Amino acid sequence: MKGALREALQRARVDKVPVALVTQLEGGAQNLVYSSDQSNAEISLGSSQLEEIRDMLRVARSGMLPGDEFFVRSYVPPYRLLIVGAVHIAQALSVMAAQCDYQVTVIDPRRAFATAERFQGVELCAEWPDEAMARLLPDAQTAVVTLAHDPKIDDPALIAALGSGAFYIGALGSRRTHGKRLERLTDLGLEDQLQRINAPIGLKLGGRGHAEIAVSILAQLIQARYGG
Amino acid sequence: MSSDQSIDELARMGEWLANGHNAALATVVATWGSSPRPVGSHLVINDSGEFLGSVSGGCIEGAVVAEALDVMAEGSPRTLEFGVSDEEAWEVGLSCGGAIKIYLEPVA
Repeated sequence: MKGALREALQRARVDKVPVALVTQLEGGAQNLVYSSDQSNAEISLGSSQLEEIRDMLRVARSGMLPGDEFFVRSYVPPYRLLIVGAVHIAQALSVMAAQCDYQVTVIDPRRAFATAERFQGVELCAEWPDEAMARLLPDAQTAVVTLAHDPKIDDPALIAALGSGAFYIGALGSRRTHGKRLERLTDLGLEDQLQRINAPIGLKLGGRGHAEIAVSILAQLIQARYGG
Repeated sequence: MSSDQSIDELARMGEWLANGHNAALATVVATWGSSPRPVGSHLVINDSGEFLGSVSGGCIEGAVVAEALDVMAEGSPRTLEFGVSDEEAWEVGLSCGGAIKIYLEPVA
């Protein structure tokens, strides 16, 4: 790998720009392919190959192109997880999700909950969820999980999440709690979006402990992301 | 599929190069059967034999590091294959029973 290409690759990664490194395994020629252009073009790639590479980049897949001549390594910015409610489950979930390469932000306007001591090394945000969501702008690489168990905190986050492209939305609470939540959100005219909320949250694993519930939430998130 | 919070092996490799080291980059380009690390996984190696990252979860790293020192000296890339059908696999083998193809390149 040449120095200029390596630097361009690292620049794209630091700037959170998706980029694919294409290598001709015989000889080692390399291109960087971005969503709309390419640079360092040592390899002359056909339009169908470029299309294939960009399809792989969109879903962050790496592998050989058909024909086994070229290897594609997709580099995409980390997926994000926005956790609303700095509660006990959030403490476990934030650590586990970071280990799965999510960039985690915990949002809670109650400063007694969102403390650096309870969430070491986790990005904390003490804004109200509607303000935080307006700033953080969830997209198709973002999951939003509400755990506060308080409609004043959870509902504004869910409303914002439902208006975004978030690939996963989950809300903690029993069926009964969720039923009331659905009524409130229906009153706000969000009826046709409500099936996007995973509630009760998490896969049914049977665990009751806070870390066990975090596992079930993370498992559901992984399933949603990969379509498993 | 993996995203890249791993800012990470490639960044570390850049630091080595900035400090006057030579470096090589190993990348998993294909796997067969059960392999512990997904396609695209990186291992970076410098000319002191230090390494970071993983291409197999531990079983073949030693062999890859040894090859990497050759690759740095020669300045040209090569492809490595490890698997249970390989004679060498008994020495550096994948206990998982899978097979793995690695692209190993010198980095400037």
